[in-house]
Amino acid sequence: MNRFTDQVFLISGGARGLGAAQARALVAEGARVVIGDVLAVEGRQLAAELGQACRFQLLDVTSETQWAAAVDCARGIGELRGLVNNAGVLIMLPMMETSAAEFERLTRVNQLGTFIGMKAVVAALEQSGGGAIVNLSSVAGLRGTPNALAYSASKWAVRGMTKAAALELAPKNIRVNSVHPGPIDTDMMRVRGEEENLTRTQRIPMKRFGTAKEVAGLVLFLLSDESRYMTGSEVAMDGGISL
Amino acid sequence: MARFDDRVFLISGGARGLGSAQARALVAEGGRVVIGDVLAEEGARLAAELGSTCVFRMLDVTNEAHWNDAVAAAERLGSLHGLVNNAGVYAPVPMLDTTAAEFERHTRINQLGTFLGMRSVISAFERTGSGVIVNMSSTVALRSAPNAIAYTASKWAVRGMTKAAALELAPKNIRVNSVHPGPIDTDMLSVRSREENLRRVQQVPMKRLGTKEEIAALVLFLLGDESRYMTGSEVAMDGGAAL
Repeated sequence: MNRFTDQVFLISGGARGLGAAQARALVAEGARVVIGDVLAVEGRQLAAELGQACRFQLLDVTSETQWAAAVDCARGIGELRGLVNNAGVLIMLPMMETSAAEFERLTRVNQLGTFIGMKAVVAALEQSGGGAIVNLSSVAGLRGTPNALAYSASKWAVRGMTKAAALELAPKNIRVNSVHPGPIDTDMMRVRGEEENLTRTQRIPMKRFGTAKEVAGLVLFLLSDESRYMTGSEVAMDGGISL
Repeated sequence: MARFDDRVFLISGGARGLGSAQARALVAEGGRVVIGDVLAEEGARLAAELGSTCVFRMLDVTNEAHWNDAVAAAERLGSLHGLVNNAGVYAPVPMLDTTAAEFERHTRINQLGTFLGMRSVISAFERTGSGVIVNMSSTVALRSAPNAIAYTASKWAVRGMTKAAALELAPKNIRVNSVHPGPIDTDMLSVRSREENLRRVQQVPMKRLGTKEEIAALVLFLLGDESRYMTGSEVAMDGGAAL
């Protein structure tokens, strides 16, 4: 019997990066997974690779209709036990060059998307007798980060919403925690130049980037029974960069 | 192959409560454990119960010679991989009734003891090539609580020292993280009356006390390779009490 046998999880932003690593790790431990993403080609490819236990569902996290469809898809394959809100965008821009439109785009995907996602799964998690939500924030949600004002705002919001939701959902036996990755070796880091990333590595106390697989190890811990007394917690996995 | 096969861990305050649950869990997953505690009878009994992979050593955490002896005992079992600083005292009284002597007793055991513990294992970790330290702080070090100023001060200090040590020890491949339990069902809570503890449970969003086995699962996650990109992190497991 694996840790997640017969449990169903919904992973937003699951087609690549952090979400893909979580989907792989969950399936490897017996779970069934719905990958939600706007990246249809990559999402379908990953779902096909992971086989019967995995479905892809087109999911623009700012669309309530698409969230409802993703939750239906999850319920179609068993009892939904958890949601991971990964979907997010990062752009690096000095504050003065950040347009209101760009600010709002990040807010909608990273923040509104997380809010709608939590709302979308509550009824299904209640039907399962409870569940766990993991929201991907960032080290940029623990301290200030230059040249990423819109991203920082949305990630601090995710950190705060996690705590508010934890309080509201505790009576329903739903736990909500946030994860704060430092620089992780994914496509998202390519918004910075190679040189900039090298300089950044030198500032990390552990002197290396993390891997998507390492973050998945933490996310699985938070989705599992091992963390059943944790809610409203914020967990950094950042090689010490937020120190 | 179990998760902690052939790895040696030193657990201060290991004779009962949180520390004893960690010792049991580590041994169950293949670890070898030195239980350090001032409670000789309970410590020796637990070590005997856990068999040849567990040793008890008398450890007053304010005593450097005791620490050196405990580390030597650990290295006789194999390469030392981790330390958990559990040993602590909790004697809640209103601030104005807290004597300087009582304040210093908390500081010496909870704070100086943690510092001496971290210092005493570094050379052994360097011989191993790496190491991991878990410091037991508390939910009161995330959000303060009334009538326990000495305890609160010492636990905030543990939170701060964890981050300072994480930065200093990262170049030696040693990770340091803190755990922040909420009210856990152990003897430590018996300093409060039954009515007080019942009232306290009602203030916890999850409406129950945690168990020492739940905290042990988090400690093992932090001691294990799954958390290898985490250092300087503070992890609350408190049923939402810090919210």
